[in-house]
Amino acid sequence: MTPSTGDREAVLGRIREALRVPAPLKHPAERSAGGEPTTAHFREWLPPVGPSLDERFALFSRLCETLKSELVVCADMDAAAAHLTTLATEGGWKTLGLHRGSLTSALESRLPAALTRLFVDEGYDKDALEASDAGLTECELLVAQTGSVCVTGPSSGGRVLSVLPPHHIVIARRSQILTDLTEAYATLAAKYRDDYPSMISFITGPSRTGDIERILVLGAHGPKRLTILLLP
Amino acid sequence: MSSFTSPARNQFQEDADRTTSDAPRRTAVRNALQNYQSARDRTGATFTDWKAARSAASTIKHEAVNHLDQYLEEFERKFTARGGKVFWASNSQQARDYIIQLAKAKNVRAIVKSKAMTGEEIHLNDALVAEGFGVVESDLGEFIQQLKGEAPYHFVFPCMHLRRDEISDLFHKELGTAKTNSPEELTMIARRVLRRTYVEADMGISGANFIVADTGMISITENEGNARLTVGVPKIHVALVGIEKVVPRLGDLALLLPMLATAGTGQHLTGYNSMYGGPRQPGENDGPDEFHVVLLDNHRTRLLADPEQRDALHCIRCGACLNVCPIFKNIGGHTYGTTYQGPIGSVITPHFRGLQDWKHLSGASSLCGACTETCPVGIDIHHHLLHNRRNAAAEKPAPGESLLWKAFTFLMRRPALYRLATRFAPLGSLLHPLVEGTALDPMIAWTSTRDFPAAAPSSFRSQFQKHQAQKSGGSK
Repeated sequence: MTPSTGDREAVLGRIREALRVPAPLKHPAERSAGGEPTTAHFREWLPPVGPSLDERFALFSRLCETLKSELVVCADMDAAAAHLTTLATEGGWKTLGLHRGSLTSALESRLPAALTRLFVDEGYDKDALEASDAGLTECELLVAQTGSVCVTGPSSGGRVLSVLPPHHIVIARRSQILTDLTEAYATLAAKYRDDYPSMISFITGPSRTGDIERILVLGAHGPKRLTILLLP
Repeated sequence: MSSFTSPARNQFQEDADRTTSDAPRRTAVRNALQNYQSARDRTGATFTDWKAARSAASTIKHEAVNHLDQYLEEFERKFTARGGKVFWASNSQQARDYIIQLAKAKNVRAIVKSKAMTGEEIHLNDALVAEGFGVVESDLGEFIQQLKGEAPYHFVFPCMHLRRDEISDLFHKELGTAKTNSPEELTMIARRVLRRTYVEADMGISGANFIVADTGMISITENEGNARLTVGVPKIHVALVGIEKVVPRLGDLALLLPMLATAGTGQHLTGYNSMYGGPRQPGENDGPDEFHVVLLDNHRTRLLADPEQRDALHCIRCGACLNVCPIFKNIGGHTYGTTYQGPIGSVITPHFRGLQDWKHLSGASSLCGACTETCPVGIDIHHHLLHNRRNAAAEKPAPGESLLWKAFTFLMRRPALYRLATRFAPLGSLLHPLVEGTALDPMIAWTSTRDFPAAAPSSFRSQFQKHQAQKSGGSK
C-alpha cells in the first residue's frame, strides 16, 4: 500500500475479479429512433417545458412561486437598481457583498453610496462576508424545468458569495433561461470545454430544511431569501 | 435454535418488540411521512414518462457499475489532473487512518462535516474525536442526532422520529437555549450555532451522491446549503465516497438529479446540486487549497461479485424504499441496527457485514414489493430479500428443517397415513390450551402474538364423503 494512492491496485483487482461474470440488464432503456439513448433523449421523459422563450419564462416563473424564490421582472437596469435599493432600505442593510461583472457593476453604480460594498474578487475576509447583509451575483444560466439558478466560481464571485450572506440577489437576463439540465450541461461544456470551474452549483430556491417534523423552514444555513432580478 | 441466532438478530427482535408497541413514536414517524407520498406522486406525475426515465436511469447505473474499474480510473485521471488527490481505501480502517493522518499533517483543529452516510459506515466521527479533533455535523438533522448521541434514524431524514418538543428540550439542555415550540425558531438556533463553525473550521468533510467520470467531479445534493459552506469555506476538503457512486458522464446528472429529488423528497430538484472538480483553480477567488477524495470499498466488491444482486449497487440512496415500507413504518430506523436502514439496507448489509449475522433483516419483510415499485433506478429489492433468504438457507440450513421436510414428504405421499394423522388434530386442539404460551408450547412463535384456531371436529375429506353419501342416498 503506497501512501499516496492507498490500496489502489487491491481495490481495482477485486473490482476486475468481481466483474468477470456479467450481470444482466434488467431494465433496458427504451431505444429512441436513432439507436442508443443519449442525454438528448432525457427530454422525452422528464417534465415538459415548451420550445419558446415565453414558455420557458412562464414555467420558470411558476416554479419560483412554488419554491418561494422572488422573481422580479425589471424593465431596465434602473428599475433593478430601484428594487434593490428598496430591499436594502427595508432590510436596513449596511454591507452588500458582490463581485465585479458587467451586470453587477452596472447595478452597483446605481446603488446608494451609503451602502458599503464588499468586493470578493481579490479575496475577502470570511468574517466580514459572513456579517454582510446580502450577496449580489450574476449567474451562468437559469433552468426553466426546475426553477434553478446555475452559479459557478467565474460567473458568480466564487464558491461562497452566493451562499454565505442571508439574502442572495441574482441579476440575470431573460435570455439566460434555458430549457433543462441537459441544455445547461451542454452550454457549460461548450463554454468551458475541458477547463471547468472548480464548482458548478444549481440553486433551486432559498436554503430550506424539513428536518424537524418534515415542516418546511427557509434559511437553514444558506440564504433565507433568494431574489432574482430579471432584465429583458 | 441457539446456533441459528446472532447478537444482531437478538437485538433486532428486542428492539422490534419495543418499537412496535411504542404508539406515540409510530405516530411521529407516520406524520413525518404523511406528506411525502403525495408530494412524490404529484412531482412524479409531471414527468412525461417516469417509467422510461427509470429504465434510462437503471441503464446508466448498470453501465457504470459493470465498468466500475474503467470509470473510477477515468475519474481519477481527470480529477488528479486538476489538482485533486485520490485515496483508495479497501476498508474503514484505511479510510479513517488516511483522514486522521491528513488532519494531523495539516495541523487541523476544527472540522465541519456535511451529511455523509459513508462517515457513519466507518464511524469517522468517533475516530476523529478520539484523536482530539472537534467535529461538528452541519446538516440540521445530523446536528440534532449528534447532540443526542444517536445514529441517524433514516439515511435521508436523520431525525424524522423526533417531535419538536423533544428537539427543543435537547437544545435547551445541550445549548442552553430557551424552549420553543416553533420548528423555525429551532432551525434558527442551529443556524446561529453553526455559522461560526464554517468560518472557524480548517477542514470540511463531505460525502457525495455521484462521482462523474468524464469530467472528474463529485456531485453533492442537499437542501440546506450546509454542504456548500462545508466545502467552500475551509482550506481542506475531504470527500468520503463509496466506489459504486460513479456515473459515466456529467450529462447523466440531467436525468439522475431530478429523479433523486422526486423519489427522495418529492421536489423537482433539491435545493443545492453542486459539482466539484478539484480544489481552487488558478484565477478563482476562493475554495479549498486541497481536495481529497477517499474512494471506499469496504466490502462493496463482495456485492459486486454477485451478478444476481449486483444491481443493488445502482442505489442512489434516495430513501424512497424506506418511506413506503410497512416494516420501516412499524419498527423504525434504529431497530435495523445498520448504517443503511429499510429494504435496501436489508439487502446490502448481509453482503457488507456477514450473511449469517444479518440474514434476519431479509426475513423482516412482508414481500409486498412496494420498495421495488418505488425504486427510481429499478432495483429488484424484494426479490433480493428472497435471494438472501435462499443463500442463507443454502449456506447453513436451519437445524432439523430438512428432516422436517422429509417427514412431511413421507406423510403427504401416503394418503392412509395422512388421514390417520388428521384424526389427531382435534386431540391436539384439546391438549394445546394446557401448554399454550408456556415454554412447552411447540407453537410459541405463533401463539405469543396471535390466536391459534382450533381444529375442525371432522376433516374436510370426511365431511365431503358424508355429503356425497347423502346426495347419492337422496337421488335414489
